[in-house]
Amino acid sequence: MAFCLRPSASGVKMKVIHYLNQFFGGIGAEEQAGVGLEFRDGAVGPAKLMEQLLGDGAQVVMTIVCGDNYAVEHQEEVTAAVLLKIKDTGADLFAAGPCFDAGRYGMVAGALCAAVQDQLKIPAITAMSGENPGVDLYREGLYIVDSGTNAGKTRDVLVKMAAIGRKLVGKDPIGLPAGEGYLPRGLLRDQLVEKRASTRMVDMLLSKMRGEKFESEMSPISFAPVPMPAAVKDISKAKVMVITDGGLVPKGNPDKIQGTAATNFGAYSVAGRDDLKGEDYEVSHGGYDTRFVQEDPDRLVPLDALREMEKSGVIGKLHDEFLSTCGRSNPLSNTRRLGREMAAKVKQEGVDCVILTST
Amino acid sequence: MTTELEKAGIPVVQITSALPIAKMVGSNRVVLGTGIVHVTGDAKLPPEDEKELRRKLVQKALDALQSSAKS
Repeated sequence: MAFCLRPSASGVKMKVIHYLNQFFGGIGAEEQAGVGLEFRDGAVGPAKLMEQLLGDGAQVVMTIVCGDNYAVEHQEEVTAAVLLKIKDTGADLFAAGPCFDAGRYGMVAGALCAAVQDQLKIPAITAMSGENPGVDLYREGLYIVDSGTNAGKTRDVLVKMAAIGRKLVGKDPIGLPAGEGYLPRGLLRDQLVEKRASTRMVDMLLSKMRGEKFESEMSPISFAPVPMPAAVKDISKAKVMVITDGGLVPKGNPDKIQGTAATNFGAYSVAGRDDLKGEDYEVSHGGYDTRFVQEDPDRLVPLDALREMEKSGVIGKLHDEFLSTCGRSNPLSNTRRLGREMAAKVKQEGVDCVILTST
Repeated sequence: MTTELEKAGIPVVQITSALPIAKMVGSNRVVLGTGIVHVTGDAKLPPEDEKELRRKLVQKALDALQSSAKS
């Protein structure tokens, strides 16, 4: 038997909670995107179909509906309220969407699934198109079914969501993304295969030379383009901050920034300094020859030049601190988190623009 | 990190010698540094020349921050 539902024979059902936006929840279109959070008993809209597809023994006990604007603008409150509401329901599965290419819907569905899964330990399943910003944020931690952009395919998408959902509840092994229909999570998994790597590689190369089809085992991670922030209007009035991933830290490395896969960053004062001296700093970075920066830290954090420019009025102000971490061998999810935390600090301290030096 | 800062709407210029990485992650404003081991310097130059090089590099970074088109 491939999977096992909660034994329906004993009358115990698989309890499902489903999240929908205002449109799929039947409240209305974009003009209703401001409506707040609602908890409804039973299955509504696509959740009804989900219940059917999950089959025997499954019941959608609650449908949660929220307007997309409201949910994004109050994400923390909405998440907290949802967690509180479903905490003691004994739910076996949390489902959200499908969201197709609706960005706000995807962000909220992803955030809710991640929170329910991590904090309540209830498995979660959602569906989005590959371009949905929710994918980039949550793909590593969640199974996100590839919904494509066509809402007419809702049924097909729900079939895949139900299949993976059932497996999650039964703790059954889940196959590869292409087979199961979910978006690649960027995870590597050990697998025993018949041919050794060298043979597979030569086979692929030969196929490529012959112009035949082949499938690479290493799929490059794709990065969604980020729009370029507007230019600084007047740099002579702007507050400039330096950030580096080259691992420059004060002597003694007070924040214990790791030289590989650093999990934190430090903020270090340069107030009153015109020049960085090697004797005051060390470099926590295991990925390059750090002697030159150790000798003169301005080679990584160009303080001397920026201080001159501050004094001569080329820039408005050099921020009193620089931020530093080590970028070596760092998983993307971690550097993204660090980037978000840095961004919060940059904003909080009223910095207008950033020079980021990378080794 | 660059893209997260950019997502937050903060203009960022990345000075790096590892151009392919900056391109891969989609950094919008990139200035080529003087080498992995001394991004904003060059240990081979005499100190005053090195500083001049750094001034130019930083100026280039500031110019990039003030421009809105990809160069």
